Amino acid sequence: MILTPVEIKDSILMALSSIRANKMRAGLTILGVMIGVASVISLASIINGLDEAMNNEIDAWGSNSFYITRYAFDVDRSKLSDEDRNRPPITVGEADAINKNCPSVDGVSPQNYYFAPGGNVVKYKNRKGNRPYLMGTWPDFIKVNSLNLQAGRFITEIDQHSSAMICVLGHDLSETLFETENPLDKVIRVNGKRFTVVGVFEEKESTLGDDNENNQVTIPLSTFEKIHPWEEELFLIARGASHEVMELAEEDIINTLRIYRNVPFNKKNNFAISTQENIKDMVNNITEYIYLAMIIITSVGLMVGGIGVMNIMLVSVTERTREICVRKAIGAKRSNILLQFLTEAVTLTGAGGVIGILFGVVVGLSVNKLIGFPLTISIFWVVVGFAVSVSVGLVSGIVPAMKAAKLDPIEALRYE
Amino acid sequence: MPLIETKNLWKTYKMGTEEVNALREVSISIEKGEYVAIMGPSGSGKSTLMNLIGCLDTPTQGEYKLNNRQVSSMNDDELANIRNREIGFVFQTFNLLPRATSLHNVELPLIYNGSPADLRRKMAEEALAKVELSDRMMHKPSELSGGQRQRVAIARALVNNPSILLADEPTGNLDSKTSVDIMRLFDELHREGNTIIVVTHEQDIAKRAHRVLSILDGKIASDVRVSEEGRKIL
Ligand SMILES: Nc1ncnc2c1ncn2[C@@H]1O[C@H](COP(=O)(O)OP(=O)(O)OP(=O)(O)O)[C@@H](O)[C@H]1O
Ligand SMILES: [Mg+2]
Repeated sequence: MILTPVEIKDSILMALSSIRANKMRAGLTILGVMIGVASVISLASIINGLDEAMNNEIDAWGSNSFYITRYAFDVDRSKLSDEDRNRPPITVGEADAINKNCPSVDGVSPQNYYFAPGGNVVKYKNRKGNRPYLMGTWPDFIKVNSLNLQAGRFITEIDQHSSAMICVLGHDLSETLFETENPLDKVIRVNGKRFTVVGVFEEKESTLGDDNENNQVTIPLSTFEKIHPWEEELFLIARGASHEVMELAEEDIINTLRIYRNVPFNKKNNFAISTQENIKDMVNNITEYIYLAMIIITSVGLMVGGIGVMNIMLVSVTERTREICVRKAIGAKRSNILLQFLTEAVTLTGAGGVIGILFGVVVGLSVNKLIGFPLTISIFWVVVGFAVSVSVGLVSGIVPAMKAAKLDPIEALRYE
Repeated sequence: MPLIETKNLWKTYKMGTEEVNALREVSISIEKGEYVAIMGPSGSGKSTLMNLIGCLDTPTQGEYKLNNRQVSSMNDDELANIRNREIGFVFQTFNLLPRATSLHNVELPLIYNGSPADLRRKMAEEALAKVELSDRMMHKPSELSGGQRQRVAIARALVNNPSILLADEPTGNLDSKTSVDIMRLFDELHREGNTIIVVTHEQDIAKRAHRVLSILDGKIASDVRVSEEGRKIL
């Protein structure tokens, strides 16, 4: 089976010329491989883009933050035990306790949201916001979430104590309501109640399209609680004093909350605390599952494609029996014929792979454009896509190639 | 030392329970430079003998020495190598690659012995010039006449300077005028020193050879050497 470089080069040239002679069939042969590779590339770039966007988003939340919730983000609420189902909600009390007892934490922002049936109604004159979010929070919110104002001021301790009817608007909402007018000190109606605008947030760049801060009315938590006394369930963000004390801060928060929530020493926490890293891990876990699903789906596709290649190559061997026998009669060895057909199969599927990669990039690009996610084409998946298509050619070409190599030259030459 | 020497060759085909003896105890010897015609009725075993001589097939029994090398015991790859270097085949149905140009068809045997591309091209051009097809190098078989196709096939058979040129009814698919052209070409190749074996049905063609082997039912029925004068008389 030893072949010289000249023989290899000639095999490739011969393969190319016989593919060129039968373009239609070649196209159909590689369709399966093409689609398989295209879906790998497009899915991978979409998932990659999504992954990166989510990670960026999480980074933007600030790496010193803890998220305190009743249940972990990824918990399946339908599968909770009775004990877990009865966990008390996170309330302002928890936020107070952390503020008082954790020196390693330099800010807590309890956040409570209200969703009116049919969407919150926010009005200025005859202009209406587009179903904005309504959130009650503490003055620390702006510090903990590293946000900036574009105009005016944020909620103060005084606003909080006096349950002032003031609000801070998100960038987009302010533009919708006020267009060119100056929003400061204007009175708007939020679900029918009158609020004075005291500040406007800077526009928040969002890669994931979750621009809710841009379309949000932020009011003091005390005001929020007066209007919506039944909305008890809170979400806390606490900020560690510095990157170095994060471990200590986590411990402080856990101890404080266990005491505050009366958790017996032999029971596990009845609340969830996660850091940016935890959430990233969670996101990455999810994307790993998506990758796994993608790999399974596309390998089925590629297998079908490979069987197609094998079938068509077998037909081609039968059709070209005479050609093969002539080649053998004038001196082609088994290895020459084997290599010729393998090269043909690999050239076919490799070409299918390249077209599939290009096609996948185009699909990925358009999907990303459509949804607005950033696109990340990974060299890794391009290489994998190409390697897989070449391997499909090798694997599905071997049986037809062996069949061709074993042909007896006189068989075809003796009959017309 | 003869170029071709067979001793007691048998070729038996098994068809179910029946056995067909396509060749029976064939012992012949052919010297370098001979021009041999093989004649016989249809089904007598001419093609079978050509396939054995051309190393396309191996005998069921007996010995075959080509250039003093035992062919009967060679494996597939060794046979391929012999076919490539020692044998030039010309078939009744031309058997050119339909999608390849004349030049590429003629180059093919050189590809399989690993000659470098420029040498290959030079040798193929020379072979095509010898059969007077220098102006048809880039034509595909479908763009050539029958006689031209057979000349391309002859150029392909000659390109490697083989020891023997084997032709199985080379004019079977050609009209009589073109047949004469092809046979003239064979005469000329013989004059240049090539060893030629031709299977034919036609007396006219056999007349050109210097020796006529007749086969009947797989057996050599006669082996006649024809002198220069004898051929003139015929
Ligand atoms: N592969 C095979 N299987 C079975 N029998 C075969 C095979 N090849 C040849 N034969 C038989 O061997 C005998 C000789 O066949 P061969 O082709 O050598 O005849 P031929 O002299 O070339 O005839 P023609 O002039 O018609 O070409 C025939 O009876 C044929 O049927
Ligand atoms: Mg015959």
